[in-house]
Amino acid sequence: MDHHDDHGHDHHDEPSYLVYGKEKGMAAFLKGWFVTVDHKRIGILYLISVLFFFLIAGMAALIVRTELMTAAPDMLTGDQYNIAFTLHGGIMVFLVIIPLTPAALGNFVLPLMLGAKDVAFPKLNLASLYVYWTGAALLVYAVLGGGFDTGWTFYTPYSTQAVGPVTWALLGAFTLGFSSIFTGLNFIVTIHKMRAPGMGFFRMPLMLWALYATALTQLLATPVLAITLALVVMERIMGVGIFNPELGGDPVLMQHFFWFYSHPAVYIMILPAFGIISELVSVHSRKRIFGYGAIALSSVSIALIGFLVWGHHMFVSGQSELSGVVFSFLTFFVAVPTAIKIFSWVGTMWGGSIRFNTPMLYTLSFLFLFLIGGLTGLFLSTMASDVHLHDTYFVVAHFHYVMASGAVISFLGGLHHWWPKMFGTMYNETLGKIGALIIFIGFNLTFFPQFVMGSRGMPRRYHEYVPEFESLHWMSTIGSYVLAAGLFLVMFYLLYALFKGPKAADNPWGAVTLEWETATPPIEHNFHHTPVCVRGPYDFPEIDESLGKGHH
Amino acid sequence: MANAHAHDPNRPAWVAHFFQSGEQQIESAKFGMWLFLAQEILFFSGLFMAYVAFRWLYPETWLAGADQLDKVMGGINTVVLITSSFTMALAVRAAQTKNPTALKINLLLTILFACGFMVVKYFEYTHKFHLGIFPADHYAYAGSTGLMPVFFAIYYCLTGLHGIHVVIGIGVLAWLLILAQKGRFMDGNYVLLENVGLYWHLVDLVWIFLFPLLYLVK
Amino acid sequence: MAGLSFGSVLDAVAAEGSFWMPPDASVTVDYVDPVFYYILWLTTFFFVAIVAVGTYFAIRYRKRSDDDRTHPSAGNHTVEAVLAIIPSILLATVFWLGFQGYMNLSVAPGDAMEIRVTGQKWFWTFEYPDEGVKIIASSDETERRKTELQRETGLVVPIGKPVKLIANSRDVLHSVFIPAFRVKKDAVPNRYTTLWFEATQEGEFHFFCTEYCGQDHSRMITKVIVKSQEDYDAWMKEERKISSAPKDGKTLFAQGGCTACHSMAGAKGVGPALNGIFGKDEVMADGSTVTVDDNYLRESIVNPTAKVVQGFGPVMPPFAGQFEDAELDALIDYIKAQK
Repeated sequence: MDHHDDHGHDHHDEPSYLVYGKEKGMAAFLKGWFVTVDHKRIGILYLISVLFFFLIAGMAALIVRTELMTAAPDMLTGDQYNIAFTLHGGIMVFLVIIPLTPAALGNFVLPLMLGAKDVAFPKLNLASLYVYWTGAALLVYAVLGGGFDTGWTFYTPYSTQAVGPVTWALLGAFTLGFSSIFTGLNFIVTIHKMRAPGMGFFRMPLMLWALYATALTQLLATPVLAITLALVVMERIMGVGIFNPELGGDPVLMQHFFWFYSHPAVYIMILPAFGIISELVSVHSRKRIFGYGAIALSSVSIALIGFLVWGHHMFVSGQSELSGVVFSFLTFFVAVPTAIKIFSWVGTMWGGSIRFNTPMLYTLSFLFLFLIGGLTGLFLSTMASDVHLHDTYFVVAHFHYVMASGAVISFLGGLHHWWPKMFGTMYNETLGKIGALIIFIGFNLTFFPQFVMGSRGMPRRYHEYVPEFESLHWMSTIGSYVLAAGLFLVMFYLLYALFKGPKAADNPWGAVTLEWETATPPIEHNFHHTPVCVRGPYDFPEIDESLGKGHH
Repeated sequence: MANAHAHDPNRPAWVAHFFQSGEQQIESAKFGMWLFLAQEILFFSGLFMAYVAFRWLYPETWLAGADQLDKVMGGINTVVLITSSFTMALAVRAAQTKNPTALKINLLLTILFACGFMVVKYFEYTHKFHLGIFPADHYAYAGSTGLMPVFFAIYYCLTGLHGIHVVIGIGVLAWLLILAQKGRFMDGNYVLLENVGLYWHLVDLVWIFLFPLLYLVK
Repeated sequence: MAGLSFGSVLDAVAAEGSFWMPPDASVTVDYVDPVFYYILWLTTFFFVAIVAVGTYFAIRYRKRSDDDRTHPSAGNHTVEAVLAIIPSILLATVFWLGFQGYMNLSVAPGDAMEIRVTGQKWFWTFEYPDEGVKIIASSDETERRKTELQRETGLVVPIGKPVKLIANSRDVLHSVFIPAFRVKKDAVPNRYTTLWFEATQEGEFHFFCTEYCGQDHSRMITKVIVKSQEDYDAWMKEERKISSAPKDGKTLFAQGGCTACHSMAGAKGVGPALNGIFGKDEVMADGSTVTVDDNYLRESIVNPTAKVVQGFGPVMPPFAGQFEDAELDALIDYIKAQK
């Protein structure tokens, strides 16, 4: 890797971005961190925020699962339970999973990987963070104001009639959407305009292709959510209703609007995960990614096709059979690029030199779990089976496998991979491996039984249920405690590593993408001089070019 | 040079440190604005889709509803807005040709036309309120078909959202006028002005769709 | 705590239906289960294959030393093409089977008997238009029928005859779900949706609401009762008599599901308590005061959101058309009489 350093300045005494400037004191600290335009600091603030809400939503999940351990309602009233599951879903979707990788990891890593000194619009980035906090405050206000029980999906007519601070929750989600839009806009422009010299689109690390596809979706899908939520708010406040059946409006129209965003939203959640896995599997196998072009283009095609399939959430909603057929047909198209990625990641391991460190364990965990999640999607995109499985626990299991395992596990892998770069310390590797294992086990134990109870007929969003499902629910609840234990373990050793961990090497994994060329942790301006990209993102020193010429 | 060091004396002062050149900064700003406009279009498109759905379901209601709207007022507003787009374009031209007076005059004219639009809108809305034509639940106008509330729900949402965008535009244009008073945009860096111009043209374009779709339904 | 031992897990497995599926109790099961199992085998095969290959690679290509050299390959177009084309073909077959099954599920036989299903918070009502029979499957009504009439409550159908349900909602979205028949359809306000089945087994099967509808969504459960044709005819004969008998206010109050939200013992529920309100002045949500008289009571039943008592939300569904005039009078008399 070449740097042009014509001027011969010595920059080695420049402090890392974590040090908030030359002055000390509270004022400097607040200004340095809360009025920062440094993408790395913004990323860290997002990380803290997102993980905080993950904890809250996770606790809500444990409450839900504990109540569901027995068929009878022994812990919560119906209303309390409904508020609990709405809280879990609402916070997880809007405050955690949507911003997770793009805002908490992407903000940090994207400019570094591009060889840029920051994103294209740093102030917009800060605005995005503040808008996130504002949206979060509105949601928290709704929670503290008695909670809302509409489900995170806010279906009308229930959401227009439900008593409680639903409007505040809707406004919160509306606001959060703009945070997502700003991030997406920023990333698209940065990737187009600020790549280091020598880095064409097809030399970008795949993480950036993933973030790019995600950003396109964030930008174009979220406004539709915004208008949908705004219309529900208007219906609640002013009766300006186009979803009100008593006035000739159509409640199913709301579902169309809602899912037009919310289906692409799930790709916002998973595409960055795919990017992380591409990075991790190559670096830790010391091999070029198998099928770079296919992975890059499949990311964008998943983003685009993702806009065409929203009706597969609505096969039994009363929409016409023809609509159903079209949506089912299009949904199958999204399966192929996804399958290609899985094959490519597994193919990357072939002929490699695989290290079983914590990031790689999370990668393998992801491959296993996402495979289940993705394959079970087939049961749901197929119309005949979906009629039976829709609105049952089968769907709950499917989306947890893809979202929670897909987005969260890959995020944890990414966090462990970029941790040394972000904080300059290392976590305890043994604990890392143990954590990954406990989470893997806990995850399967929690969600696999839910497939079975779903296909047997257990409906969703039930507070109490018929006794024949109790043993499966009991298993699932135990699993959730195991999963929680794993996650708490990760939290504790990472916090320890943050403050007391040993100093990390500059490039502990031997990666060759540009973010590893800077100091660890990076200086405030990332690079002293814009680096020039002279090789591909996965041209590791272990690669023996001679092996490729016919013999192996 | 593409890899200019931050201390390079040839680098204009307005180029941020993380950009390699002024050109990169300007191109990024323009590209960003186009992306923002794309998402604005999607923001409105939800309402347009609702319009399509309900017009298809209730065509007679749509005809009756359009009859309640004042085509003259709507037509005046269309002309006003198109003219304001023209003066906006002239303002950008003034920055290009480094003409501060023309810049200020055209910005002021654009703002005045925008305000004129809102004044006409005010009269349209109050006339309807007077008749009892409120959106959906509050609909109280006697002379109408049963599904009129749906038409007016769409009408108020579309024109209301558009109106909010006009008001925001007025605010931003006023801010630009203040900046112009302070001598901004005369140093070759007027991309902010261009971008606001793009926003304004989009606001105009949305109205050009709204007007026939709502007022001129036959 | 029931169902804790592994043995009881196996019991749950073997008791009804198969490992994955509820009992097979309708012709419509044949449109769903084969598709489900086809996908199950296909996905299991690919899952096992990919995990096996992945595990093999992970072990075979694990790091052995710091001097390891890795293969320079960055892809193989043939492999990629094969791995894209074969799944695509298989997916097409899955889509096709699903489409066929779905069309069969959607198109009821021409001679199907029609039953109207109405969902409202939080119970189902079944109407048999040809018989003039209406059965309200709320928990109060179910209890009342059991104790006073010694009759079961549910969607009663004869075995071996196609039945078409025409579903509708009075308030928010609900959804009709009969797992043993593999059928499901949302019940939407202001619209009719349909589903059909043909029972192949006598017995009782769960009938769930499966679209979240608020507080007692999990209690909006009843059952499908499949009888032999003879038993069904006898049952229907009795039911016709019951439906045509005049009803007193108290029965109507239970049947209408009013007790779900209104207590007669002073307790505040989703709606205000109704004992002792007649003749009182109530404050409305908009601050105005209304004296509770016959007109107010009638309006509150047929158009409840016109005046909402302060402290409560506009959530009561309109009962206009659900009660005949005589029944409304009976209801009003009943409410007036409660002190």
